[in-house]
Amino acid sequence: MEHFSLPALSRIVISGGMHGNEMTGVYVVREISKKKVDKIGSASLTTVLSNPEAVKVCQRYINKDLNRCFTNALLSAPLTASSPYETKRAHELNALFGPKGSPQAVDILCDLHNTTANMGMCFIFYRLDWITLHIIKYIQSKASFGPVRAIQLDTPLPEAYSFESVAKHGFTLEVGPQPTGVIRADIYNMVMETLNHIMDWLEKFNSGCTFEGGEVEAFCKTNALDYPRDPTTNDIIAAVHPQLQDNDFKLLRPGDPIFQSFNGETVKYEGEEAYPFFVNECAYYEKKIAFQLARKISISLPSISVTKD
Amino acid sequence: MRYNQMEVRLPSLSRVAVCGGTHGNELSGVYLVRELMRTATGAEAGGDVSVRAVLANPRATQLGRRYLDTDLNRCFTHAALNGPLSDAPPYEMTRARELDSPLGPKGSPRAVDLVCDLHNSTSNMGLCVIAFSDCDWICLHAFRYLQRQMPDIPVRYIHLDVKESFSLDSVGKHGFALEIGPQPHGVVRFDIYTAMKDGLQHTLDWVRLFNSGAVFEGGPVDLFTAVGHVDYPREADTQNIMAAIHPKLQDQDFCLLHPEEPMFQTFSGQTLRYNGSEPLYPFFINECAYYEKGVALYLARKRSVTLPTLRVHKKGHPANFVSVQEEEEEEE
Repeated sequence: MEHFSLPALSRIVISGGMHGNEMTGVYVVREISKKKVDKIGSASLTTVLSNPEAVKVCQRYINKDLNRCFTNALLSAPLTASSPYETKRAHELNALFGPKGSPQAVDILCDLHNTTANMGMCFIFYRLDWITLHIIKYIQSKASFGPVRAIQLDTPLPEAYSFESVAKHGFTLEVGPQPTGVIRADIYNMVMETLNHIMDWLEKFNSGCTFEGGEVEAFCKTNALDYPRDPTTNDIIAAVHPQLQDNDFKLLRPGDPIFQSFNGETVKYEGEEAYPFFVNECAYYEKKIAFQLARKISISLPSISVTKD
Repeated sequence: MRYNQMEVRLPSLSRVAVCGGTHGNELSGVYLVRELMRTATGAEAGGDVSVRAVLANPRATQLGRRYLDTDLNRCFTHAALNGPLSDAPPYEMTRARELDSPLGPKGSPRAVDLVCDLHNSTSNMGLCVIAFSDCDWICLHAFRYLQRQMPDIPVRYIHLDVKESFSLDSVGKHGFALEIGPQPHGVVRFDIYTAMKDGLQHTLDWVRLFNSGAVFEGGPVDLFTAVGHVDYPREADTQNIMAAIHPKLQDQDFCLLHPEEPMFQTFSGQTLRYNGSEPLYPFFINECAYYEKGVALYLARKRSVTLPTLRVHKKGHPANFVSVQEEEEEEE
C-alpha cells in the first residue's frame, strides 16, 4: 500500500466525565489538569470535564445522555430556554472543540469512558481513519495490561451521535469492568498508561517519525439485543446467562445460551455467528440493550508520516 | 476441664418479611422480591410461617437510584421513626414509617419475627449476614446453617457494634441484612441473583426447621465485629478524593490487613499505607455508596462466639427457657 503524508496534529483534547458516574475519566482529567500539563511536544493539550453538572451529582446525566447529542441535526437545531441541559452543553462543546466537520475542529479528541461490561481496554471510533488506527496499532504493541480492542461504529458522520465525532480524529477509550460511581486503581493505571503511550505516539508523529503500515483487526458493530421483558410492566424478566456474562468478544454461535429468566428458563441465541460486547452494561438497560454484536474485520493500514513543510 | 453446654429455647418465628429494593439500585433484591410476589400465595403451604415480600423503596427502585432524598436504610432509629417530622420531610423518612407500621412497630410485641433485608455491594464480599447483635441466637444459628449449606461462596457474619440500630432489619424482633457482592449498582448478574435466591431459601428452610422443633447444636462460630473505618484521603478545599483503594487491597475483603501494608494509591501514583497498629480485617472495600459517607473501607476484628444449643420453645413451657448442663472432662 502507498505511503500517506498527513498534517501535523496540533490541538489535542482529553475529555472525562461525559457520563458523570464513569469515574476514571473524571479523576484522570482532574490529575492532568492539576499537573498543568498543557503541551505534548509542540502540540497543545486541553482537558475538559464534559458534563460537570452530572459529575457533581455522580449521575450519568441530568436530563438526557450527553453522548447522544452530537448528531448534525441536534447540533444545528436552535436552542430554547427549555432545551435540556445536555443539549445546551453539546452546543457549547461543539463551539469549543468543533464545529463538527469543519476545518476549525480540534485534531485529536480522546473521550474517556467506563463500562460495567468485561471489555478491558477498547478504542471506539466511527471512521476508518489512519491516525486513529495507527494510534490503536501502537497501543496494541505497547500495552502491558492485556488486549486492546478496536470497535468501529459503522455510522455516517452526520448521524454520528457521540462527542468524539466532533474532532477531525476522535475516538472513545472505553474501559471495564468498573461499577458506576467507583474508581478502581487498576483501571485508572491502565488508562494513564494508555494515555502516556498516545502522547508518545503524537510526539513521535509530529516530530517526523514514519509509522509502518500493517493490519489491524477490528469489531464492526452490527446490531444489539434487548432483554426479555414483561409486556405489561416492561420490567426485564431475565438476566444475561452465566455463560455469556463476562465473555465479551468471545464468539457467540446460534444455540448458545444468552439469557436466564428469573424463573429458570434459558433463552438461546438465534442470529448469525457474531462477537458480543457491552454485555450487561448498566446504562444500556434503559436503552433496551442487553448486549451488542459485531463482526470481525481486518483493516489494512498504509504507512504514514507528518507532512513536511 | 469444665465446660458449660447451654440450651436456649426461643419462640417460633411465624412471620417473616423479605425486603428488597431498600436501595433502589441494588437489583438482586428487587428482582427476587418481584419474583416472590409473582409466585407467592400468602402463607407458605405446609409450614407455619408466613413470608411477606416487600419492595422497600419503590420510588428509588423506579428511578434506579439508591434513594430519592435520604438513605432509607438509616431511617429506622427510634428517633427517626417516632420523632416530629418537618413540614416537607424527606421521602424516605415518611416511607420508613410506612414500613414500620406493618412490619413493626420496632420494639413492640407486634413486630414481625424476622426481617431479612436483601442488599448488594460493589465490594468483593461474597455473602454476608449483617446484624447489630453478636448474641441473637436466631440470627447466628441461621447464619451457621447458611454457611454449611453454601460451600461454594464465602459466607460471613458481620456484627455492627453501634449504640442504636438504624436499618430496616432492626424493625423485626430478629433481623439481618443479606449482603452479596460484587455487583455493580444498577446491574443484575445471574450468578449473584442465584446466590441471593439460594441464601434466602436456606434461611427460610432454617426457619421452618426451627419452628418444627429441630435442635441446633451449640458450638463456636467466627464472626467479624466492625471496629472502625478509613476514609479516602481528600483535598481540603474541594473534599474530592485524592486516591483510590490500592490495587493490592482492592477485592481483598476479609484478607487480614497488616500495619504498613498498601491501602491507597494516589492519582499521582504514590502508595499510602495502613497506619493502624493492629492487624484487622477489611470489608466494604470500595463500596460505591460509601464514598459520600466518608468510608473507603471498614475494619473488623475476628472473634469466636460460642452458640448455645437452640430449639423452639413449645407451648406450655416458659418462654426463653434456658437449661444448663455441666460436664466434666478428665484432665490430661
